[in-house]
Formats: sequence, C-alpha cells, structure tokens
Amino acid sequence: MNYEVVIGLEVHAQLKTNTKAFCGCSTQFGQEANTQACPVCLGFPGSLPVLNEKALEYGIRVGLALHCQIQKLTKFDRKNYFYPDLPKNYQISQYDLPLALGGFLEIELKELRKRIGIHRAHLEEDAGKLIHEGDHSLVDYNRAGIPLLEIVTEPDISSPDEAYEYLVSLKAILKYLEVCDCDMEKGSLRCDANISLRPQGAKELGTKTELKNLNSFKAVRDALSYEIKRQKELLESGKRIVQETLLWDESGEKTYSMRTKEEAMDYRYFPEPDLPAFVIRDEKIQAIKDVLPELPEALKKRFIAQYGLSDYDAGIIVAEKALAKFFEATLRLYPKAKLISNWLIGPLSYELNSRNMSIESLSFSVESFVSLLTLVDEARISNLAAKEVLTQMCNTGASPEVIVKEKNLLQVSDAGELEGIADKVIAGNEKSTADYKSGKANALMFLVGQVMKLSEGKANPKVAQEVLKKKLEKWGKDA
Amino acid sequence: MAISESDVKKVAHLARIGLSDDELKLFSSQLESIIAFVDKLREVEVSSVKPMSHVLEMDNVVRLDEKKKSLNREEVLKNAPESLKGHFLVPKVIE
Repeated sequence: MNYEVVIGLEVHAQLKTNTKAFCGCSTQFGQEANTQACPVCLGFPGSLPVLNEKALEYGIRVGLALHCQIQKLTKFDRKNYFYPDLPKNYQISQYDLPLALGGFLEIELKELRKRIGIHRAHLEEDAGKLIHEGDHSLVDYNRAGIPLLEIVTEPDISSPDEAYEYLVSLKAILKYLEVCDCDMEKGSLRCDANISLRPQGAKELGTKTELKNLNSFKAVRDALSYEIKRQKELLESGKRIVQETLLWDESGEKTYSMRTKEEAMDYRYFPEPDLPAFVIRDEKIQAIKDVLPELPEALKKRFIAQYGLSDYDAGIIVAEKALAKFFEATLRLYPKAKLISNWLIGPLSYELNSRNMSIESLSFSVESFVSLLTLVDEARISNLAAKEVLTQMCNTGASPEVIVKEKNLLQVSDAGELEGIADKVIAGNEKSTADYKSGKANALMFLVGQVMKLSEGKANPKVAQEVLKKKLEKWGKDA
Repeated sequence: MAISESDVKKVAHLARIGLSDDELKLFSSQLESIIAFVDKLREVEVSSVKPMSHVLEMDNVVRLDEKKKSLNREEVLKNAPESLKGHFLVPKVIE
C-alpha cells in the first residue's frame, strides 16, 4: 500500500534580546552557571515578571514575515508541570490567545513551490539547563526565562526533504529579521517534529509520534526518514502505531521511546495573573511592518531581475544574509554581478567552508575583495594566481596588491617579455612544432602549456598563444 | 459536582503531594464542598459580560530591554537544598 506522509514541525527560536523575557538578567551565552538569575526568573515569592518590549516586537516581526495575523489581544498563561529545569514549577507561555495565528512560509524544492501553513507563533520563556551526572542532576538557571518564540506549522509537510527546506527557509528569515542567532549548537534554534502516515487518499490522520532531540537540520531529515520506514513496517505488518515521544539517537541512527508513563500530560493552563494582557494596536503593527528588512524571497527575485543572476546563484547568495550584503556591497564598487557571484559561490565559499568560518568574520574588506577582482579582470594576475591570493587574504588579511608583490604573481602579458620563453619552447619541442605545422591544432595548446610552465605560471595564456602562433608561422617560412 | 478519590489522587500527583488513604477521603469531601461553593457563580447571568483575563484595567505593561544586576551566585544557591560546582543539585530526573 502507498502511504502519505504527514509532518508538522515545532520550532523554538531563542529571541536575540539583551535581557530575559520577564526580568533584566543578561541572556549572554556561556557564562558561569547560575550567575544570570534573579528573584523573578528563580520564581521567588513576591517577585513580578514584566515583559521585555523587544521580545514582543521580535515576535511580531516574525509573525508578520510569516504572513500571520497578529492578534489584537494576546496574553500569557501558566503551563504547570514539575521538573527541576523550571524553578517556578510553571512555564510562562501562551495558550488560547497566542501572539500570531494563521500564516505561511513558501518553500522551493526541485523547482516546485509549496506553501507550508503556519498554525501559530507564541511567546514563552525557556527553561533551565540540566546536566545529568551519576545519580543526580545539576541545574543551571542562566537560560531560564530567556524569551522563545514557538513557531508551529500546520501538518502540511509531506517529506523529510520538505521539512529540511522549511527549516532552511525559516532560519534564513529569522536571520534576516535579526531576531535569532539560529545556532543549533548553542540551542538558539530547536526543532521537534510530529509525524504520521495514512493510506494514500485517506481523510483521517494516522496516529502520530513526536520526535525530539533533533540537534541539526540533518538530524531532522534523518530522523523523519527513519520514522517513516519504522511506521510503514508496523502498518504493513498490521500493527498499531503507539502515540508517544521518541528521541533521535544520532550515532545509532534510530529513534527510541522516552518511556514516559502513559498518562497524558495535564498542564492545567490558566491565565498568568502577574501579567496583564496586551492589546496590539494597528499603528504598532504598521510601525514594525514599515521597518521590516527585505526578506530572502524578495531579495532573490530582485537579484534575478536587477542583476541578471540565475535562479540557482541568487538562491545561494540570499540563503545567508551576510553573503547577500557582501554581494551588494561589492557590486556597488564593481558593477559585474555575474563575476562577483561566481567568486562568492566558488572560491570564497570554498575558503570559508574549509575554515568553518562565516563571511562576517572575514579578515579583509569589500574594498580588498574588489581590488582582487580588478587584478583578475585587468589580466594582471591569472585566475589560478587569484585563488592563491584569496587564500592568503583569508589567512592574513593582507591586501591583494601586497600579496601579489610578495609572491611575485603578476601575470606577464607583455608580448616582448614572452618572446624569449616562446623561442626556447619552440626550440625544445620540435615534434610538437612540426605537428602544429602539419595541421594538428592541439599541439599549440601543448606549447602554450610549456610556456606557462617555463614562466612559472605567470605568462598570460592568451598572449602566450598569440606570440607562439606568430613565431610558428615565421618558423615555417624560415625553414 | 462530585469529586472522586481518583480525581484527588490525580491532582495530588500533578502537584507532587503524597496523600494517605484517609487524607484522600477527607480531601475529596472537602474539595467537593469547595467546588460546590464556587459553583454558585454559575447562577450569575453573564451572557452580556465580556470575558476578561485580568482583574486590573491595565494592559501593555512592558519594560525596556536593559540589563539589571543579577543576584550573585552565592545568593542564588542559598535556596538550593544542595549544590555542586555552582549548580543546584537535585536527584536525577530524566523526563
């Protein structure tokens, strides 16, 4: 039987505020345990939470970018449960009046576009961090109270690849909006997945499982693929799917049950009495809308229309905001879009990837990069030499002119200078010379190669070819 | 509204309170009368009243995203039953 896969994703994005959601404690990552906590985030009696206006603004920003309806009335609720990562024994979250409802995100997969519905986005606070050691657990409350935006899709995703694409697109949007670092290693972006199968064409949804402990986009894709296989096998052998939470074991490449008691979670939500409701007025929404940055989708269209980039190239460049910025900054100084995009997607990306670096941490300026392109464009250095210069620029931050000088990489394009080398090559390769004369055009390329070799790669191949041709014609006549 | 012993048991478990059988009996009857008392509110005609989420006539209370001093770690850990390496130390709980 053919099965239809139904996937929904829940993403928790840590909002990039300076302070926590409801108190003035710092949100800085990597500080010593329990040094960023106060009576509010520790839940001391009598302390009162007050919402960070930036968290609200960032939430609205994301809601708008995902085409959601920002709710005119929104409030917070207490989600009650006992676990040591929650000092208050409840999490401040949003239940029935979330910040944003009903949007969508458009993804592109194999040149097909698809809208993934956004069910809702709501604000909540993060919990503390637990470290399990021996027979006890250590708790660090630095993270408790950091603002999160939980973004929940509709069950519109039909394959692990679509889920992956959704996450890539969502991450790009969050980065463009400058509301989240999206660093999964630091936990600033987290994803849980719900997945079920149903016979092709069936109306009712199948029993779903929830996948957790997905530490990368790749893990999301792999875990979903595994789970499809597992559920399919169960269904085909006539067994039932148990609704449960499964953890992804990355090294073992399988999911395993969390073995929680079967009793359903009962969070007993009720309105958070310490936080009066929020009335979000149209003017506020408009003000935030007015300053929304250009999003990857729109930017890609503009790059294609305005600069003539291919769909593929534009897609790669806009996938990362910093790269798109770098592209446009370079373009302002050097109006050759295609050339710049080739360098960014090719050699520069290679240098960055091999150093596991982001373009933001480049040790040279846009101006330096433009100098490099100019050197190539004016044929003062060869393409090959330029790649070497780029490597050096990434290593030391030195200007391309200095590197070219130090390494003596200037290309020899002066015909006069190349004549001597050409003479030597012709004299030393009688067979190839004769071949060329007898009509074998390929022999010329071999001779050009020899000129390159003798000049230690510095000869301008075009000029070398011309010089050789001229010489060979003459050589024929002389003979 | 009848409150059964199993209702009380469930609520007690959610609140992580251990109750003896006698207490279960006692609290179910007590809770039943509390609920009955509150249930009186159902008699009020509210069809024309808008739902509210807060008793105060107040909304949009926010603060600037400005850092304030946190407690120092010694103060934070004063409430910890036990601590180790700057952390709260609790019995191992895997969700």
